[in-house]
Amino acid sequence: MAKIRGAIVVDIEKCKGCGVCIPACPNDVLELAKEVNGKGYNYCYMKKPEECIGCANCAIVCPDGVISVYKVKVA
Amino acid sequence: MEKELRLMKGNEAIAEAAIRSGADAYFGYPITPQSEVIEYLMLQKPYETTGMVVLQAESEVAAINMVYGAAACGRMAMTSSSSPGISLKQEGISYIAGAELPCLILNVVRGGPGLGTIQPSQSDYFQSTKGGGHGDYRLIVLAPASVQEMFDFVELGFDLAFKYRNPVMIQSDGIIGQMMEKVELGPQKPRRKPEDIAKQCPWATTGKPVTRGHNIITSLDLVAANQEKFNLKLIEKYKTIREKEVRYELINCDDAEYILVAYGSSARLCMKAMDLLRAKGIKVGIVRLITLFPFPSKILNELAGKVKGFLAVEMSAGQMVEDVELAVKCKAPVEHFGRLGGMIPSPEEIVEALEQKIIGG
Amino acid sequence: MSEIELKDIIKKENLVYERSKVMTDNVLSFCPGCGHGTAHRLVAEVIEEMDIQSETIGVSPVGCSVLMYNFMDIDMQQAAHGRAPAVATAIKRVMPEKFVFTYQGDGDLAAIGTAETIHACNRGENITIIFINNGIYGMTGGQMAPTTLPGMPASTCPFGRDVEIMGNPLKITELISQLAGVYYVTRQSVHTPRNVRSAKKAIKKAFENQKLNRGVSFIEIVSNCNSGWKLSPVAANKWMEENMFPFYPLGDIKVDGEIVSK
Repeated sequence: MAKIRGAIVVDIEKCKGCGVCIPACPNDVLELAKEVNGKGYNYCYMKKPEECIGCANCAIVCPDGVISVYKVKVA
Repeated sequence: MEKELRLMKGNEAIAEAAIRSGADAYFGYPITPQSEVIEYLMLQKPYETTGMVVLQAESEVAAINMVYGAAACGRMAMTSSSSPGISLKQEGISYIAGAELPCLILNVVRGGPGLGTIQPSQSDYFQSTKGGGHGDYRLIVLAPASVQEMFDFVELGFDLAFKYRNPVMIQSDGIIGQMMEKVELGPQKPRRKPEDIAKQCPWATTGKPVTRGHNIITSLDLVAANQEKFNLKLIEKYKTIREKEVRYELINCDDAEYILVAYGSSARLCMKAMDLLRAKGIKVGIVRLITLFPFPSKILNELAGKVKGFLAVEMSAGQMVEDVELAVKCKAPVEHFGRLGGMIPSPEEIVEALEQKIIGG
Repeated sequence: MSEIELKDIIKKENLVYERSKVMTDNVLSFCPGCGHGTAHRLVAEVIEEMDIQSETIGVSPVGCSVLMYNFMDIDMQQAAHGRAPAVATAIKRVMPEKFVFTYQGDGDLAAIGTAETIHACNRGENITIIFINNGIYGMTGGQMAPTTLPGMPASTCPFGRDVEIMGNPLKITELISQLAGVYYVTRQSVHTPRNVRSAKKAIKKAFENQKLNRGVSFIEIVSNCNSGWKLSPVAANKWMEENMFPFYPLGDIKVDGEIVSK
């Protein structure tokens, strides 16, 4: 059976670290980084990238539209 | 071609001129003594002929903001009201000036303050010429003295508004608005097509094609330095207007020893007063202001070196007279005569005022 | 099952979601977690999907979203406080073939602009009104809004809104749904993926309604103001569910000109 793998790319410098994306993820992939971006925000990143299914839930609730989503079927 | 002559009220002439000048939209709210403007438009139904939008708004506030919306689309938009209604419009006028939008605003002035009276007055001079709303801005202000000028100043007003991207006000009064005179009507001009508008108004918000960036109409700049720069640009624009758009009429000023300065209805009353004074052997001329802003300071200052005094005649407690004093720069005596609260001065009163305040003073 | 590396997933051909091209690259000026950004994005996505970027004119209000024109790559006008429905009325009247929307907060739409809102709705202007209700004046620093809940604190009702003194919150959405000129009224939110999808569908319907020329389509989005509410973004969304939604229940109120029976 084909498995779906996804990934997100966060525009780190535009992320404000609000964390709204984190509960939106069905697979608990996301977390705010310990590090901060240029504006001092703890930006979002994938702590468990292998769990991402590319559902885009995080991206569609992101108020700043800083998340791009990629998805691929893996045989 | 035969002239098209018609007997009409000043307010009707404005409305007819709006249709014939190819205006795109009129938004108004009834108030005496100017309700004939929208009544006439609704009777003529230009929305069925030229396609001009005519809409009675829920308030003067809404009407002026509708003008903002249409003007920001590059459209020839206008509104009309009378003094209390113009006070309500001031917020919108400030935004229109701040967004550099062209539009035409008619004020058929009545006596104030407050609800005041429905009778004619010229007590909105300060409001018209000094800005009126908040911030540093000016309107171009035209002052018709006849029904013919009510008609003619609509096209002139729109021309100036688009030339300078600035709101233009026609400051009339209850006399000019309500009285009937013979008017020679100009031809019906077609409304501009969308492609003409796009060419004339590349700044207009008509929908962003792929060929240009998005157009934004706003009066906001949160960066103080930018806002100052914008204000300086406005000042520069007003300077150009002051240099190029001053309009006035000199009547018997060549040999005049005394000058009556007046506009609109008052200028007509001064005509009779001048005749009475000249019959007495007193050499009087009239400077009739056609633009209240820009103010014809230069000619008044030049005349100040030749004459014995000026009488500013206006139906107010003394508003235009301040600009006359500034123009004359103490080179000659300047006095004011006016009636208030909707009272109209008689020519005899003007004669008496000149004799007592200037000649005898 | 073969493993796949991130670099093999993150390829142009695998892209399934990105920020709408109808938005500019400017960083949104909103506080972290503010629903305004999401609502902006949904409007942009709808315009992009309907391919009406060149035919859309938006009107931004006074308030937090005053700078909407910096974020949307469409022609926009900024209106005086509360006057957006009057401005939009004129835009639509002089260009009936275009898509025209206003985007207004609660203070703008339901306090200072109540007359313009009600009359544009009552005239049945063929426009879309997007109303962001977060129960507070955000831009000016958290003052009481017409939609502030009873008991809810704000800087001008620091001990909570006392309706005996300050009057009641205004359910303007229910009010305008009664007007004959209003064709579609719905109340949405944008704080969860499910709500975002529903809100987007509603916004799309509201824009598509303009083709029908049946009157106003009105979308309220109950949203958060974590700065004004003095909560973290995630906690603000939870507070919104527990407090705002019971008073401002989500769902369609009027569809295709008919009131939805509850």
